[in-house]
Amino acid sequence: MFTIQNYVRAQSLEEAWELNQKKRNRVIGGMLWLKMSRGSVQTAIDLCDLGLNTIEETPAEFSIGAMVTLRQLELHPGLNRYSQGAVAKAVQDIVGVQFRNLATVGGSVWGRFGFSDVLTVLLAMDCHVELYKGGILPLEEFTKRKPDRDILVRLIVKKVPGRFCYQAMRIQRTDFPVITCAVSTRSGEYRAAVGARPGRAMVIQGTSPQGFAAAVAEQVPTGSNIRGSAAYRTHLIRVLTQRGLDEIGRMD
Amino acid sequence: MEIQLNLNGRLVSDHIDADLLLIDFLRSRGYYSVKRGCETSNCGLCTVLLDGKPILSCSVLAARAAGHHVQTLEGLQEEAREFVGFIADQGADQCGFCNPGFVMNTIALLRENPDPTDDEIRQYLAGNLCRCSGYDGQLRGIRNFLNSRK
Repeated sequence: MFTIQNYVRAQSLEEAWELNQKKRNRVIGGMLWLKMSRGSVQTAIDLCDLGLNTIEETPAEFSIGAMVTLRQLELHPGLNRYSQGAVAKAVQDIVGVQFRNLATVGGSVWGRFGFSDVLTVLLAMDCHVELYKGGILPLEEFTKRKPDRDILVRLIVKKVPGRFCYQAMRIQRTDFPVITCAVSTRSGEYRAAVGARPGRAMVIQGTSPQGFAAAVAEQVPTGSNIRGSAAYRTHLIRVLTQRGLDEIGRMD
Repeated sequence: MEIQLNLNGRLVSDHIDADLLLIDFLRSRGYYSVKRGCETSNCGLCTVLLDGKPILSCSVLAARAAGHHVQTLEGLQEEAREFVGFIADQGADQCGFCNPGFVMNTIALLRENPDPTDDEIRQYLAGNLCRCSGYDGQLRGIRNFLNSRK
């Protein structure tokens, strides 16, 4: 159980940032994960009035506001045309429609959760994070950082032509994944993003599909937990990466 | 804090605690169709429509719903009546506890996709758990309803 003393709908990013400098205050995002935690929040900072709930598409990129829901990602025609449906595939087994209408992309990315399907699929793309004070930085770099007191404003996905394929292994549909795996190829470079290892998603790059799946399985550290052993995960990584490469090969 | 929202077509205002969840706000006002089944944002029993979209009222602050439209099953009786008989005819309702959330999400499904395939129905209703049935009865009921409209 968690408690909240005050609730504020920030009217500007500056106001949200200032409130967020206090340790006991929290940006609530979609509040789904936060609700499961224990502890007390002094001031819950809600970004819902800041117009960050839209996906804007230009010829060069997608700009995805931090308060865009997972359901919006799932249904956005442009984003799914560009990703060959990989984005929709990544989110559609996350609990249910009602959950995805609440969970925000900002919350998923900020949390850098190990189990995150969202983080995995975005890491396979040319994706940047815009922070209010920290500016724009590659998602991969952001993923490795520890959470600080900045505000995540939006994500930017560059429309670099590429092929994308998303797969996850779940013991049961709508459950947490045992492993997540997004494979992409862009300008001759191969990339596999692997999450739920169970650690947070990481990226392995290669220059050829030959031997890539085995290399990814070898380089990605895995661990054991209630959903699967490290050896099982390593096995899944090799299989899913190869299937992803095969799928991408068929798109050409 | 003071909030004002549109609840089943009527404007209501109230004084609430900052951490009051929408489900508890609704139940305190007598909307008992909204139930809590899991505490982990998984079961779908607490489904209500927020600005027309199905959401888990157990996972949203009442404060965030301020200024928005909230609909519960109590406010959507007519729309529900069209298809619930078809589900009951299959004997799908056993203990009935999951039923209101299930009906709410089915309303949302049929508004978004008036002629879904069986797979689309399963996909959309995957977030509504029922521990009595195997979901087949509900699926047959919805299928019969859809066929009856053709």
